[in-house]
Parts: sequence; structure tokens; C-alpha cells
Amino acid sequence: MSFDLVVNVLIAGTLTGLVYGLMALGLSVIFGVVRVVNFAHGEMMTVAMYAATVLFAMLGLDPFVVALPVAAAFFVFGYLLQTALINPFITRPEHSQFMLLVAVAIVMVNALLMVFGPDARNVQVDYQLDSFEIGKILVDKARLYAAAAAVLTAGGLFLFFKFSKTGKAIRACADNYLGAKVVGLNVKKYYALTFGLGCVCVAIAGCAMVLLVDVTPPLGPAYTLLAFVIVIVGGLGSMGGALLGGVLIGVSEALAGLFIAPSAKSMFSFGLLILVLLFRPQGLLGRR
Amino acid sequence: MNKQTLLLGIFAALLVAFPAFAGNYLLSVATLILYFAYTGQAWNVMMGFAGQLSLGHALYVGVGGYTAGAIFYHWGIGPWAGLWVAMALCVALGVIIGFLAFRFGISGVYFALLTIAFAEFTRIGFDHLDWTGGPGGLFLKVAQRDTWDVANFRGPPLMYYYTILSLTVFAFLLCFFLLKSKAGYYWQAIRENEEAAQALGINTFRWKMLAVALSAAMTSVSGVFYAFYYNNLFPEQVFSIGRSIEIILGPVIGGVGTLFGPILGAVVLTVLSDSLTELLAAIGWEIPGIKQVFYGVVLLAVVMFLPNGIWPAVAKRLRL
Amino acid sequence: MKRRQFTQALAAAAVATGFPSLVKAQAQKLKIGIILPRSGYLGFIGQSCQKGADLAPGVIKQMLGVDIELMNADFESNVDTARTRAERLIQEGANVLVGPFDSGAASAIAQVAEQRGVPFVINIAAAPLITEQGYKFVFRNFQTAGDIVRNGLALIGDLFQATNTVPRTAVFMHVNDTFGQAMAKGIGAFMPRLTQLPFKIVDTISYDPAAKDLTVEVSKAKAANADFLLLVCRLNDAIILRREMVKQRWNPMGIVSPGSPGMYEEQYFKTLGKLSEHSISNVPWYNPRAELTKVVEKAFLKQNPKDKLVFHGLNAGFTFEAILIAADAFKRARSTDPKTLADAIRQTNISEKMMLGGPIKFNEKGQVEGIGSACVQNLNLLPTVVLPTGAATAKPVFPVPGYKKA
Repeated sequence: MSFDLVVNVLIAGTLTGLVYGLMALGLSVIFGVVRVVNFAHGEMMTVAMYAATVLFAMLGLDPFVVALPVAAAFFVFGYLLQTALINPFITRPEHSQFMLLVAVAIVMVNALLMVFGPDARNVQVDYQLDSFEIGKILVDKARLYAAAAAVLTAGGLFLFFKFSKTGKAIRACADNYLGAKVVGLNVKKYYALTFGLGCVCVAIAGCAMVLLVDVTPPLGPAYTLLAFVIVIVGGLGSMGGALLGGVLIGVSEALAGLFIAPSAKSMFSFGLLILVLLFRPQGLLGRR
Repeated sequence: MNKQTLLLGIFAALLVAFPAFAGNYLLSVATLILYFAYTGQAWNVMMGFAGQLSLGHALYVGVGGYTAGAIFYHWGIGPWAGLWVAMALCVALGVIIGFLAFRFGISGVYFALLTIAFAEFTRIGFDHLDWTGGPGGLFLKVAQRDTWDVANFRGPPLMYYYTILSLTVFAFLLCFFLLKSKAGYYWQAIRENEEAAQALGINTFRWKMLAVALSAAMTSVSGVFYAFYYNNLFPEQVFSIGRSIEIILGPVIGGVGTLFGPILGAVVLTVLSDSLTELLAAIGWEIPGIKQVFYGVVLLAVVMFLPNGIWPAVAKRLRL
Repeated sequence: MKRRQFTQALAAAAVATGFPSLVKAQAQKLKIGIILPRSGYLGFIGQSCQKGADLAPGVIKQMLGVDIELMNADFESNVDTARTRAERLIQEGANVLVGPFDSGAASAIAQVAEQRGVPFVINIAAAPLITEQGYKFVFRNFQTAGDIVRNGLALIGDLFQATNTVPRTAVFMHVNDTFGQAMAKGIGAFMPRLTQLPFKIVDTISYDPAAKDLTVEVSKAKAANADFLLLVCRLNDAIILRREMVKQRWNPMGIVSPGSPGMYEEQYFKTLGKLSEHSISNVPWYNPRAELTKVVEKAFLKQNPKDKLVFHGLNAGFTFEAILIAADAFKRARSTDPKTLADAIRQTNISEKMMLGGPIKFNEKGQVEGIGSACVQNLNLLPTVVLPTGAATAKPVFPVPGYKKA
């Protein structure tokens, strides 16, 4: 077990973790504010990935470039979804919410299957299989760029929530639903905005992810689960928490894979989730 | 005899007589419906009675099935003995999860995620457990299927149909009497407002644990049935989150917390699924995925417009 | 007694001669229930197998002169649905069932078939236990996992001989699912006995089939510093692994599969382009030089003008052969009665076939022995048979051009 191997694995784990964090960011925002259990999260990311492949095939544009229009489209989609479908469900019991989004997920996955067929799709950009070489350490280019996107997005969101008026209003709705209403905030509008923002994150994540993973219709559910694990571990509604959670999961899986058994590495994520749920349910960076 | 009991009696009689006029295909479909009705009812105990949303119920099905199956596979001991071991193991699991959750104050979505985590953890664990066949699966030897060998639970599909029918009826009656008992009132109180119930002096922790244990025990029986009906188990299939979702589809669509909800839900969903397949084949729209899209849309519609499930709406109409 | 027998014989003769259309109508069309996963996570494989089924009626009419009617059912990659669909097909009059690709579904359908006394010919399923249950109505024309490994390893030896190479070490990576685990066990069992193989396995790495990120696994494998990669995979992880190998600049002598899907499938070529070149899979395959293959290929191209048979070699080929077995039995039995068909299938002896190996003959467990494997290498973006030399259309390339001794 050479030193280089461990370092390489750690770096890869961290970068992968940041990408996972990017994926979970949208969920953290939505779940943290609207408190809706979005079990169609992974499916939404899958749609974003498909959008990126289609635009790449038609226009030859790099997914990072395409991320902007896709994000805009997703914002609108998220806003509408929240207003039309999800709003009535906020006060409903969890199992109803869950069922609603499971149904949405089923429709999405199979609509994708109908439109795109079962074969995997991807984009092919020049730097996709390239690595930066620093001595004996190899850093995957695509993963590095995706990780950078993750940090930028999280940073942008953080600034938005901390300093902008809308951002503060949203945080108010999240902290105290009743209080926000009393103060005269149009909570429904802010919820819709938040959902839209969450979907923007999902869109960016999808565009980044498509450089690393081929997209097939049934890709969603595994990522939904992973996103929930990360959000719980990192802390609801915390941007940094999503990234931190992602990195924790990424690194722990990498180390577990290296020292124990790669095929059991997911067990560690779930084990970590159980521990966090028991001992610090608000997550590492969340507030109670 | 009031209207309710009469209708119930007729329905039960129909179910008993069903194999006489249904073909083999319909019998297999009916067995599947009853399987989901029973398992849904078992899940309903935890959700409807104690208000705890379990999204990892496949855990108990899997552990129950694998335990009884492995005991039969390695030592030839029939399911009637294996059943008790399976139940004990599942109750222990349920108690652990319940204890961890309730002691640490985990509820709602967090509890649901905890159950998912346990199910996934176990799935991957079984993938690495050689004693139960690992990912290659556990194959139970199918000795014969012509005569009713009740001791080893081997026989023609008819035997399985009547077994699952008996189980469903038993579950229904059990829940019926439980709801009417003191336990039922305590559970309903806890479900409506746990803090108020505590204020009244009800030991909510104990009663919630009881619901969890009961639900786990009932679900384990479902697993044993599954193991001996299908005769092989794969961790990927048995513990998957897809299975957990299948289990709760029936009760949620039919009506959570109601007695008849899981059964009605199971019927509606299976009939819907099969009818869609037939309909689409008849029209000629056999594009892979289209059936599930329709299925999802119907699900969506039911959840949106019948928030409490189909049964309460139907019951109101029929004035039951 | 004698008079009654005589009258009966007379009546039978009268029926046979006086009502020729009636006799023919009895044995006119064979209804075959094709049960495959055309949606769900196995969707793309099921659709691939379906192509082999769709071209069958035409080819079989031409070959054997019998009429078959296909009843297609999709079990949606779900075992419960497999069982009910099978019941449904039988109820709707299927005389024979063919399918299903997946071992779990095969086990469920086998039980239904056995219960109802309807023959079930398995096109593809490698779990050995399916034909160990003592079934009388279940037949499999495919290698068990054990056979696949044995043949696959033997072909590796042939490969090294044909290319005059002597690799000393290999790193073994395998997917941790039903298939991968069976293969790993098989390799563990057979490797010590095959002393003519010059290499030793220095590290074994099993990975999760659902994993989207295999960085750690490849890092470990690269660190083992082995001469070549012995890989048991599925399509999606094969693609991920190949990409990761490029990212980590790992160029072993070659990637060789002793028998697993993935590297010969169309998606592998489409997604990886030039990177797919030179990967080797030792799998049951069709004989490109056989007469029947050429006939099937023509029919395939007619129905799928934009596709190539070579990308569906295994899936479509074995599905076609399963139907061929059913039709051949029907021709000999002259009856659609399931029990008679089952007996006829037991007597099958088809030597003019498409897939590599000896004639199709079932042993007492319903298993065909002697199905062959081929060494299939990706050359010029097509899976090409390079061994055995009798069926080869090109020479094997090993080590691969990009090989860099670590």
C-alpha cells in the first residue's frame, strides 16, 4: 500500500465528494426550506444530464457552457412544479408527499425511457479523459472542473442567502413559517423561488455529472438516496454542509474501498447516516 | 348483521371460491394481490397505528425470508419451525430500530431515512454473506408440487393461494380487534398528537415499540411465504428500495390507517397494472416504458385528488 | 377386444385419410411464448434478444417448413411479473416458453412451467442450480457459469499460445453480483488445475455493480503492477473501468474477460470509440462461418437494416436457437401437446446450428453440454472472432499496441 496510492485515492475521493455535494446542494436548499421530501431529486438530475447530452449532440457545446441555459429552464420548471403540484402538499403527511414524488419520478424515468431508449448517452469533450500530472499524483481533469463548479455554486448560493434581500426572506420562511407570514412575506412565492433555485443547482450538477457518468433512464434513484444521505450528514439548509457531507461520504467510501472491500463501500455511507441520525440529527453543520 | 359485515362476508366468500372459476393466470395474479395486501396491512400497523413511516420494510421481508429459507436449505427444517426464528429475528431488528429512533427522538422523514439506511445496509451485507448464498442467491430445493405438503410448505399454487388468503384474513381480523381494544385507542391517540397522549400518562415509547415489533413480526411471515413460494432469494431483489416502495403503494393508495385500505389498494394497483398492459397491447402501443408512464400518472392523480386514499372515498359513497 | 381395436384403427385411418385437413390443422402452428425483459433495468438486453426472436418465424419456415407463432411478453425485469406473465402465456395457449435471460426470472418461470407441464427452453441464464432442481420440463441451451469459466480460461491459454506471449501476473477484477460471484468461484476452482496457464493472480478486487465511480478500484488494480487485467464485468462498469484506466494512465498488456458480458456490446463501442479496441471477451458466440449464421444474418439485416448482427451475437443467437429447438421438436412430434413436445425436446439432436460447439443434445438434467466459446476481440470497432482458428475471421492481437511495461 504505497503512499502515492493513498494520496491519489484521497484526492479522488475528495473531488468525487465535492461533485456529490453539488448534486446534494439542490436537495439541501429545497429540503431545508420547503421541508418537502423530494424523492424525484435524482430523476431531475437525470433530466438535466439528458438535456446536456442533447444540446451537446445538436450544438457541440461543452456542458459547462450549456449549464446556464439548462439552469434557467430548470428554474422555471422548479418554480412551476412547486406552485402547481407541491404547494398543496406541504401540510400533508410525509407519506403523501413521498408518494407524490415517487409518482413524479416514475413518470419521469419512463418518459425518458420512451424518448431516449435504454442505451446510455454521454458527451465527448477533449479533456474528459485527461489528467493533470504532478509527480506521481494524477488528478482527473473533468472531476477537478466539476468540483470547482461545486464550490462556485455553493459559494454563490451562500452569498445569496446571506446578503440578498430575497435570500434573507427565504431563510426567514425556513426558520419560522408562521412568523414569516405574520411579517407579511408571501411564503408561497418564496417557496416556489426556493424550489426553482434548488432545481438550478440540480441542473448545474447534472451538466457537471454528465462529464463523469453516462446517463441512462434508471440512473436517478441511486443518486436520490445518496443526496439524502449527504444532506442529512452535512446538515439541512447548509451550503457548506452539503459539500462537507459530500466530501465525507466520498472520502470514507474511497478509504473503505481501499482498505477493506470496494464492493461494500456503500455500507459505510449508510453506517455514517445511521450514526449521524442518532447522535447529531441536525447534521454536522446544520442548526437544530 | 349490518351492511358492513354482510358485504365483508360476501367478499370473503368470493375470495374462498375464487379458484373454482378463475384460471391459473388469474390465480397467480390473485396470489400476488393478496401477498401485497397482507404485507401492506403489516406495514400499516407501524404507519397507521403508531404513525411511523417506514420506507425500509423490505428489510423484514428479506430477513424473514432468508432466515427461514437458510434454515430449510442448510438443515432441512421446515418453515413452521423456521417461521418462529424468522419472526424473532425480525422483531429484534424492529426493536433495535425502534429503540434507536424513539430514544433519540427521531421521527418523520428522519425515521423514514433511518429505515432506508438499515435496509440498504442489510442488502449490501447479505451480498457478502456466503452462508445465504451471497449475491448468487439462495435456491431452495423444490421437491414436489402436486400434493399439499403442508409441513414443508410445498405444493400446487392453490395451496399458496389459500395460505396467503388465510394470512390476509388473519391480519385483517387482528387489526380489527386491535383497533377496538385499549391498544388501538392508545395508538390512535399517539398518532394524532403524541405530546397530548404523553400528557395523559400514556407510555408512548412502549406503545410505539409494540407497534413496531408487531409490524416487523407480521412482515417476517410475509418474507417466509415469499421464500417458499418463489424458492429463490437474491439480496438485490429482496432488500431493494423498489420492494419497500411496492409494499407501501397499496396502503397509501388504498388508505393509510384504515383496515380495508391495504387490500383495496393492492387490488386496484395490480388490476391497474395488468389492465394497462393488456390495453396498450390491444391498441398496439407497445413502447417500452409507456405503461409505467400511465401507471405513474394514475398514481399521481390518486395522490392528488384522493389524499386519504381510495377506501375512505369509496366507503363514503357506499355509506359504509 | 380385437374387434374394437380393429374398428378404432379403421376409424383412425378414415380420419387420417378422409379428413386430411383435420389432421393437418391439429399440428399446424406452434405457439411459442417469448418472455423477455423489454423494459426495466434489463430492457436493452431484452430488446436485443427480441431481435433474435423476431426473425425466427421466417428462417424456420424456410429451414424446417413449419409454422410458428410468437407470443411476446415483457416481464419488465421483475420476477413477480415473470411468474404471472408465464401463467398468462400458458393460459392463452402457448405450447412452449422461451426466455428469459435473467436467472431469477428463469427460476420463477421454471416452476410455473414444471407445474403446468409446459416445456420451457432457456435461451440465456448462467446460474447452475436452475438445471439441478430435477425439473422435467425445463431445458437450457446455454453454458452454466462453471462451463463459461472453464472454456474461458482454456481460451486464454490458447490466446497466449497463438500470440507467443507469456504473461506472468494478472490482476482479477470482478463485479460483485450473481454472475460475477459465480465466475469468481469458478476461477478459484479451475485455475489451480489448469497448469498450462503461465500466469498467477496477484490481487482480486470485487466491486459494486451499481457503482458509478471506480477510481479506488482501478487505483488498487494499477498498484498491483500486473501484466494484464482479468475482468468479469457488465456493460456499464466495463465502460467506466476503461475510462478510468485512461485517466490513471494504466496500460496493461490487455483486458481479457474469461466470460462476461459488456465489452462486446454495441454500447461499449459507441461510447468508447477507439478506446474499445483490443478488449477481449471469451464468451459463447456464434460461428461466423456456419451456414445457418449466414441465413440468420440475412434475415436480421432485412428486419434491422441499420443494425449489425454482430452486436447482438450472443443475445439474438441463443434466443434464435432456443426457438429452433422448439420448432425442431414440433416438427418431429407433429403435435402441439406440451407433454409430447417435452419428450421430443429431450430427443433433440441438432448439428446444423449457429452457435459454436457440439450438436444440441440435452442430458438427463435438461442441460446441453459441449456448447463452445470463442475468443472475441474488438477489432476495427467490431467484435471479431479470433479463436478458435476454425471459426476465426482475424488474428488475435496481444499484447495491445499501447502496452507500457509499468
